[in-house]
Amino acid sequence: MEKFTTHTGVGVPLRRGNVDTDQIIPAVYLKRVTRTGFEDALFAAWRGDPSFVLNQDAYKAGSVLVAGPDFGTGSSREHAVWALKDYGFRVVLASRFADIFRGNSGKQGLVAGIVAQEDIELLWKVLETKPGTEVTVDLEARTVHADDVTVPFQIDDYTRWRLMEGLDDIGLTLQHEDDITAFEAQRASWRPKTLPAKHLPSVPIEPARPVG
Amino acid sequence: MAGTLAEKVWEAHLVRRGSDGAPDLLYIDLHLVHEVTSPQAFEGLRLAGRPVRRPDLTIATEDHNTPTLDIDLPIADLTSRTQIDTLRNNAREFGVRIHSLGDADQGIVHQVGPQLGLTMPGLTVVCGDSHTSTHGAFGALAFGIGTSEVEHVLATQTLPLAPFKTMAITVNGELPPGATSKDIILAIIAKIGTGGGQGYVLEYRGEAIRRLSMEARMTICNMSIEAGARAGMIAPDQTTFDYLQGRPHAPEGADWDEAVEYWKTLRSDDDAEFDAEVVLEAADLEPFVTWGTNPGQGLPLSASVPVPAEIADENERVAAERALEYMGLEGGTPLRDVKVDTVFIGSCTNGRIEDLRSVAKVLQGRHKADDVRVLVVPASARVRLQAEAEGLDVIFKEFGAEWRNAGCSMCLGMNPDQLAPGERAASTSNRNFEGRQGKGGRTHLVSPLVAAATAIRGTLSSVSDLELEGDVDLTTFDGTPLAPLSAPSFV
Repeated sequence: MEKFTTHTGVGVPLRRGNVDTDQIIPAVYLKRVTRTGFEDALFAAWRGDPSFVLNQDAYKAGSVLVAGPDFGTGSSREHAVWALKDYGFRVVLASRFADIFRGNSGKQGLVAGIVAQEDIELLWKVLETKPGTEVTVDLEARTVHADDVTVPFQIDDYTRWRLMEGLDDIGLTLQHEDDITAFEAQRASWRPKTLPAKHLPSVPIEPARPVG
Repeated sequence: MAGTLAEKVWEAHLVRRGSDGAPDLLYIDLHLVHEVTSPQAFEGLRLAGRPVRRPDLTIATEDHNTPTLDIDLPIADLTSRTQIDTLRNNAREFGVRIHSLGDADQGIVHQVGPQLGLTMPGLTVVCGDSHTSTHGAFGALAFGIGTSEVEHVLATQTLPLAPFKTMAITVNGELPPGATSKDIILAIIAKIGTGGGQGYVLEYRGEAIRRLSMEARMTICNMSIEAGARAGMIAPDQTTFDYLQGRPHAPEGADWDEAVEYWKTLRSDDDAEFDAEVVLEAADLEPFVTWGTNPGQGLPLSASVPVPAEIADENERVAAERALEYMGLEGGTPLRDVKVDTVFIGSCTNGRIEDLRSVAKVLQGRHKADDVRVLVVPASARVRLQAEAEGLDVIFKEFGAEWRNAGCSMCLGMNPDQLAPGERAASTSNRNFEGRQGKGGRTHLVSPLVAAATAIRGTLSSVSDLELEGDVDLTTFDGTPLAPLSAPSFV
């Protein structure tokens, strides 16, 4: 994972709350088996609308998304984070994030910074009155700067440290492999195992056919 | 120290306690895998040269993309076919058990775990799917994860997790006839909002919850995520044990006794402290239906569509205006006057055998409203077989409904089962987001009973709008444990 310290890029005001992951990337785009190339799918339903913020020239090259509360609710699809990253976003700011989305962001090097709603309103005002304004996000100082506005953002210490160091979670966990093995040795025997497989007898399924 | 149910399960899985702000490392007992959120995780393992650490704690099935018609033919949609082929190849390469299309245990991952007896009290259960919260109905700590975490669990059988807060949701009393566990959870989400559960594990308790069958409890826990919660849980009791005993993977002999003894300790201590508490009276509940584009925008069926101008909070007013525009609804319209084009009965929320039985009880001997398309999609192939053994499929077909093969189907429209733009559905699924069931499709979330009544009348309806013939006891639709899925017998 790439290390993240500061980032400066065009800010995009997304004046909507409750942007769920079905809006960030509709299910039809989830059929791909690759991890990249989702930029066309980002906000797919809204991209056809010429008035949508990302369709305006000043915001097209945006990399810092400033969104309404409860961003990333709903489905756990990490594709939402991939789509934002593939489009070019490095940071999303909102007053509240859905837990799974926030977790996914941290794993993929997308900064999900929590900014108080009144500060979000300040940023929206700057970005809407001066479209194309660059926003600087300083992860070390945990501040967001745009034009004459500087506001703090929150991100938990551990995620911040991992993002700044660019560390891979699996590698970190496997440093404690001995602890995992020791834990496994004392697991109760009633806890289920999927193998060897047990199931009710196999019965043939009659395929349903189209009606009429 | 006194603890909540969630804290007890957490503590029992602690591989390593985090220090200096690092999260705790938790052991994962059961990892459920499906085709949509796993390909990139397996690819990550392959690139890093890592094996699946515990294939014997992992199980895969095909559900999101699978067609519900012509399952014996090659899947027509090439990208869907590729994704399913990829899962099959990954399962073979990494030694993971898989239940593929055509197998009696294929189906929605959140039905497959419970029906095989793999989901049990006191486990940690994860899956790359937010509705993993379903398994919390057994007293397991179960939650959805992203693809990076799927890879992490495959590689290490653990997850680094930040602590959560706990919320007790107590539902007192007894549900009135015609109201179901779906109405309980829709009412809870309308009360606390789609963000109300953020950072929390919810524990549902109280008499109304205790009276629910296992499957009805699954419906409630399933939709915990729609309140933003990390997970939802219900303390295990005799209902739980009865559901589990005799299922293929349930413990046997001395293991069973040891397990039950332990499971009985899995309840929040009387003096345990929750970070938040919510109380509902079941007797006040009636069938609920959503009018907007998030699951928190719901009202009792007897209400009218809200008038945005009457909403004081500006953000909520704007959200309501936007939702009504998308939904094509006028503020002030009685919900009972809303006409639907499609009724979808299925999903990991309400596609189980009890749901199908309750729907069949209402539909029996009737015919669907003209111009309404009715889709009945069992949650798993085993549920389908059971329904057919009970003759429910005949009732559905005579009613004019389409009886389909198992899968997620129209809940999210990744397969051909989708709404057309502008088409309106009463759906027993879990999400009414814009475009969720098909681009431009309009979704009203409802219980199976409301779905059935709506299919008969063509407008959003409850069973109280029907003139039921003879003495149909609606209270048995939910709350009374029905016979478990198929008589257990082992291979």
